[in-house]
Amino acid sequence: MSREKSWKEIAPAGVCSKSSVGFMTGDWKTYMPIRDLEKCTLCLTCVMFCPDGAIRWRAELGKIEFDFSFCKGCGICANECPTKAIKMSLEQE
Amino acid sequence: MKKVGKQEMMALNGDEAVAYAAKQSDVDVVAAYPITPQTIIVERFSEYVANGEVQTEFVCTESEHSALTACLAASATGARTFTASASAGLALMHEMLFVTSGCRAPVVMAIANRALSAPLNIHGDQSDSMAQRDSGWVQIYVENTQEAYDSIIQAFRIAEDVGVSLPVIVGLDGFTLSHTLENVKVLPDDVVLKFVGVRPLPNVLTHEGKSVPFKLDPENPMTMGPIALTNYYFEFKRQQEEAMKNALEKIQEINKEFAKMTGRGYGDGLVEPYQLDDAEVAVVCVGSTSGTLKTIVDELRQEGVKAGLLRLRTFRPLPVEALRSALQSVKAVAVMDKSLSFGANGGAVYHEVRHALYDNKVHPTIVNYIYGLGGRDSSTSELRRVYEDLLRMLKTGSVEKPVHYLGLRE
Repeated sequence: MSREKSWKEIAPAGVCSKSSVGFMTGDWKTYMPIRDLEKCTLCLTCVMFCPDGAIRWRAELGKIEFDFSFCKGCGICANECPTKAIKMSLEQE
Repeated sequence: MKKVGKQEMMALNGDEAVAYAAKQSDVDVVAAYPITPQTIIVERFSEYVANGEVQTEFVCTESEHSALTACLAASATGARTFTASASAGLALMHEMLFVTSGCRAPVVMAIANRALSAPLNIHGDQSDSMAQRDSGWVQIYVENTQEAYDSIIQAFRIAEDVGVSLPVIVGLDGFTLSHTLENVKVLPDDVVLKFVGVRPLPNVLTHEGKSVPFKLDPENPMTMGPIALTNYYFEFKRQQEEAMKNALEKIQEINKEFAKMTGRGYGDGLVEPYQLDDAEVAVVCVGSTSGTLKTIVDELRQEGVKAGLLRLRTFRPLPVEALRSALQSVKAVAVMDKSLSFGANGGAVYHEVRHALYDNKVHPTIVNYIYGLGGRDSSTSELRRVYEDLLRMLKTGSVEKPVHYLGLRE
């Protein structure tokens, strides 16, 4: 880990010195989304609703990918899914 | 900056003078919500917008909390931003006052000082902005309508200085100044435009490692004021304290530059001494009552009394050194407070002036007068009694009580 800087060295107003891409928030979750591929119609509602941008539509593969490094397990995707294809289950299960 | 040739005389009340100054200062965004006695400022400004006299984006919000939030957001993009409020409106902004100063957004806000409820009162006292003294905003209080005009123009320069980058409140006493017509000398538009200039932006290093101007810009993304926990929050607060220290210098510098240009200066910009050089008794006052006190000082001087006045113009940052040196040879001081810090044994100005003098080798007798709450008028005879009390204290060498209530029925 890099040395923590003094008040004279940092930018004002809490301007971020690092990108949030390097700040993994995925380990915050208790529940994780599990997708039922039979029920999923690839409507991409979950992609649009994910507040963390952790569900991505990979057009070249024709697939949806969950990025569990950033998914906080909020369950919005499961709630919004029109075909009930996403279930939230305890992470260790 | 060379002296301006001609300054037009206009009849303006305090609010109109503030609006006129903002009109001339090339403001990009105004977001506001009306509240007495500030309403005229925003009304006038909205007329300038409607008439196409300014190129300002004018945003009517649903509350003062939203008004300041919109100002902060606009300011973060590099825009010159102005708003105005008072009393309950300023109180509703409380949360966002800290976010604005913490984001180092140089928003300028006029406050037509008014009492806080309850009981409901629309008249002038300084309870509203005094209660926000720890919110990280520079606070300048004016004596008259002319100074309200001048200080708004100066405030943009102070706030936007790269070493300061702090929001500024300019306080004018509600009704006494906000609604009172006075002769105001206004500068030509081009002179004000040149004086305020273009908002300078310091360069900062972003998460992409780029050194770019400090503003929200899709070409050079940056995140301002997101989260800083135990490891960094403290460091950001220390930066704000340093910015306040820089403001002390900047306010003096800009006051001097402005005086050279207009012929109007206000002491050193921080404090304004009046007949203080050889004064034995002096009053310290914030705002419009200083004008009345100057008249009383003149009367007392004619009677051979060594009376003086120190007007505290800049309350944040507190000019500790200026207070210490201005009051070092005065024997008895009365500090006037147009607000009350309940349970603290006196008002905020009293506490802070007393604190500033603590490191002087010789201390004057120092007492507090709470006055004018809820807009109660303070007559010349009442204010004269303050000097008479000080002279009696000097004579008897004793202080009967430290805190007095001027004009209150006992």
